[in-house]
Amino acid sequence: MYGRKVKLRFLFVVIILITLILTTFLILNSLEENVVYFKSPSEIKSLTELDKNKIRVGGMVKKNSISINSDEVNFIITDFKNEINVIYSGAVPSLFAEGKGVVAEGFLKDRNFFSAIKILAKHDENYMPPEVKEALGEK
Amino acid sequence: MIYSLIGYYSLILGLIIGLLLFYFSYKNFYNSSILDTKILSFTFLQLFFVLISFLCLIFSFVISDFSNQTVFNNSHTTKPLFYKISGTWGNHEGSLLLWLLVLTLFIFLFLVRTKNQPVKYKILTLVFQQIIIVGFFLFLIKTSNPFNYIFPTPTEGLGLNPILQDPALAIHPPILYLGYVGSSIIFSSVLAATSLKIISTSWALHIKKWILISWIFLTLGILLGSIWAYYELGWGGFWFWDPVENVSLMPWLALTTLLHCILVLEKKSILTSWVIILSIATFTLSMCGTFLVRSGILNSVHTFANDPERGLFILVFLFILILLSILIFFLFHKDNNKKSYNFFWLSKETSILINNWFMMYFLSVVLIGTVYPIFLDVISSQKISVGPPFYHKLIIPFLIPFLIMMVIGPKLKWIKSQLEDKIYLISFFIISNLLAYLVLKNFNQNILINTILISSALYLFFITLRDFFIKKYKNISQNIAHFGFSLLILSILFNNLFSSEIITNLKVGETFEDSKTKIVFESVDQKKEHNYNAIIANFSILNSSGELDKLSPELRIYNQPVIATSEADIKTTLMSDKFIVINLVQNQDFFNVRYQVKPFMLWIWLSVILISFAGIISFFKKNYEK
Repeated sequence: MYGRKVKLRFLFVVIILITLILTTFLILNSLEENVVYFKSPSEIKSLTELDKNKIRVGGMVKKNSISINSDEVNFIITDFKNEINVIYSGAVPSLFAEGKGVVAEGFLKDRNFFSAIKILAKHDENYMPPEVKEALGEK
Repeated sequence: MIYSLIGYYSLILGLIIGLLLFYFSYKNFYNSSILDTKILSFTFLQLFFVLISFLCLIFSFVISDFSNQTVFNNSHTTKPLFYKISGTWGNHEGSLLLWLLVLTLFIFLFLVRTKNQPVKYKILTLVFQQIIIVGFFLFLIKTSNPFNYIFPTPTEGLGLNPILQDPALAIHPPILYLGYVGSSIIFSSVLAATSLKIISTSWALHIKKWILISWIFLTLGILLGSIWAYYELGWGGFWFWDPVENVSLMPWLALTTLLHCILVLEKKSILTSWVIILSIATFTLSMCGTFLVRSGILNSVHTFANDPERGLFILVFLFILILLSILIFFLFHKDNNKKSYNFFWLSKETSILINNWFMMYFLSVVLIGTVYPIFLDVISSQKISVGPPFYHKLIIPFLIPFLIMMVIGPKLKWIKSQLEDKIYLISFFIISNLLAYLVLKNFNQNILINTILISSALYLFFITLRDFFIKKYKNISQNIAHFGFSLLILSILFNNLFSSEIITNLKVGETFEDSKTKIVFESVDQKKEHNYNAIIANFSILNSSGELDKLSPELRIYNQPVIATSEADIKTTLMSDKFIVINLVQNQDFFNVRYQVKPFMLWIWLSVILISFAGIISFFKKNYEK
């Protein structure tokens, strides 16, 4: 009924369509697995269920809360309403200081303890991540 | 003061000339036996005025004229001269002026250097380029004038962000911009050629030069940014899949694909739609990059001010350009399918097409990873970030067939081909597999995907190396570029697999020791420069093979603005880098120490240099033949 050429072209289109669908599926699927959600200490307090996935917590480093020993850095992230203790063993960025904005990436142990695997560097002393700014409200 | 005035009015004059050029082009277009000399001289005049304006801004920076707002916001009298000058493009206004300078420079060079092409084509290219230029003039004058006054004149400026005070970053923007903005000329000329229906092999030969220039600078620009991130940001990595890095990678992927397509178009009149779409995509992605970075949507070191008006302007401008190019594409472009051109499945054409699809896949992965968080924020105000695992998972497996295609593709002939040198290809394949297996076995790294990836990279490495020494092989630039790419992948892989890291907190005089390394924190010195104070920590590091290294990372506290930065100390050798960086946590005695051994770091930089060198060879080679 149809020529060989038409059949070939049809096959070609089908293959391309299938590949496209597969790729889209693959991309979306791994996107879902690999996104890291950002939460403020208050949002964590109001969680009904603890997240097992990696998350980011952002806010201010509470004044006089940094304590450091040979393996760990401990500090408290606050959004001036709620706060959360962070345990971290790793390198801190150069602009990490009390009273400054911070974003920590890691896992929740419970609603009050967060074990960080990375603390994100800031490039500018006045820079505050938009997430933190929003989490802090008008402050 | 006087410089600001001259600079500002030069900009206005440049804009007026831009508008005049539309008129001259219109007149010349319908009477186009030769290119009107007026057009050439006015284009030169426009370049001249923008250059004057740019020089005025540089002078204002050099003499620290704080009545100029841009200078006030970004400079300081104690800054070294070099960084006063580089501060000119280290901020939003100045960097846009640099955009404009490169835009006008490229169109002038284009008009002067283009020979043997129809006059109408030249005029039309000029018109499209002027649309972009006038858009940028308006943007600059309206929303980000670099010559704004402050009254009363402040006595001291606010200073430049210290992490930008760095030699690599001082030249990174101009180089990257030459690449970014260079793609504008490709965009304009593709639109012109499409409208006049003159896309042909001779046109491809002519535009290839411009693609190469843009590609070389973009490659080098990305490299510089990457090197800077490596030693200045203190993470010890060279690529973080940060959105700002991604926006420079996307045009590079599109441009690299375009480069491959143009090589086909140059020989055979096919893939014209690919060429047009990729040219448009490259420039659009460059513009999108500027939009995302400048509008404050992506927060990073490149974001200088969050001004919604600026973002909106670029967005509207971008939409106009995209709309224009799509209209031209659909109205004028007809694939000349009449002289139907068939090629066998095993041919160079097919392999280039496969390359295109792979590149488009990589491009869409990067695009989605970059844009999705913004998109989600807008529709549901959920804050997310997409990290390296996403990119690694989606890109690494596809590199394997990609690398193998890079071996086979260049071996094929046009239209219909058979695989030659089968014995070599197969035997090298086996050797690479064995070698990869042995290497990984020895180092107790037994991840299947790594073995396969390393063997395919090694495969490309050996085959390109062999081809290099065989006389009958002609295409030397392609050979070097592919060799460089295999070297790049290999170095990145070995770097990832065999890097080691120690993070610890030490007081002065303390020692850290584990099975392989002993780090002694010997002493702390102080140093006073006129724009910063530094604490220098002295470490001696003994590794398991008995080598002793003395490394002295610094902690700098700049005085204007007051920002602490940590300067890594890196000992680079051929085989590996030793990288150490310290941080002092406020009010504590402990120093936070990060020590890394990173193998093959130097080779990552070298292979990228090799890749761009291949571009340079290709750029000059054709000159010989002509």
